[in-house]
Amino acid sequence: MKKKDFLIAGAVLLLAGVLTLVLRLSGGDPGGAVQVKIDGKVVGTYALVEEQAVPFDTDYGHNLLVIRDGKAHMEEADCPDHYCMEQGEIEKTGETLVCLPHKLVVEVVSGESSDVDVVAK
Amino acid sequence: MAVARKSPTGTPGRRVALDGILVALAMLFSYIETFIPFNFGVPGIKLGLANLVVLLGLTFLPALDVFLVSMVRILLSSLLFGNVMSLWYSLAGGILSFLCMWLLTRREGYSLIGISMAGGVMHNIGQVLTAALIVQTIQLAGYLPVLLVAGLVTGAIVGALAKLLMPRVQKALESYA
Repeated sequence: MKKKDFLIAGAVLLLAGVLTLVLRLSGGDPGGAVQVKIDGKVVGTYALVEEQAVPFDTDYGHNLLVIRDGKAHMEEADCPDHYCMEQGEIEKTGETLVCLPHKLVVEVVSGESSDVDVVAK
Repeated sequence: MAVARKSPTGTPGRRVALDGILVALAMLFSYIETFIPFNFGVPGIKLGLANLVVLLGLTFLPALDVFLVSMVRILLSSLLFGNVMSLWYSLAGGILSFLCMWLLTRREGYSLIGISMAGGVMHNIGQVLTAALIVQTIQLAGYLPVLLVAGLVTGAIVGALAKLLMPRVQKALESYA
């Protein structure tokens, strides 16, 4: 390896580190709800405090989103790879579950907690 | 990595033959790769063995040929071993990483390992960007840190392999000159 090779490696590691830091700082608050988008369009928002199982059936395929104990995870998916099911549980703002074959994204938003603020006033 | 290009391809026939061999080789690598699990905790990370062909090709073929070899490889292997979606991810990754590696080969001071690392990283960036575009969710950027490091590691492995193979490839090219 030559000197400039290490420059590349260093630059990439630095970028990865900075990105991680930024992502840590920008997210991390416990979220209030999950927002589900299919094909970039919001199809629903579901509060994390409510235990629920929400099925999504589109031309792309079937997914079953389950919310339990304030966390959301993908229980079922009929895509070939099942990566969305392996992504585990999400609960903090900005965390996502992604099912690429079905163009489905579940993202934790602070949504519901702002309602609480309004009520508190 | 300034590589001496002494009339690298010879006759047009030889050039086309070399292009064809590289496409075949790259497709073989794409296929073999499906048997090598490379788990980084994030789905879909691959070793990028086909990049060996691009790396080595850039040392003895015109850049345009290597680019076309890479594009044809992506098209064919997506049709054979992948699906329509994987084609778009691979194309974005393939084009970005090719451009990056080609630019680096034209500059001094980078070895095959460094060039390959840059290629691996750019490949992953291209794929995340495509995925983010497809699902229209910028939050996919959350996967970038892992994918950057993964690209670095896989790129280094493939680059080291390329370095090992390089003398043999040069020898073979000379013996069939």
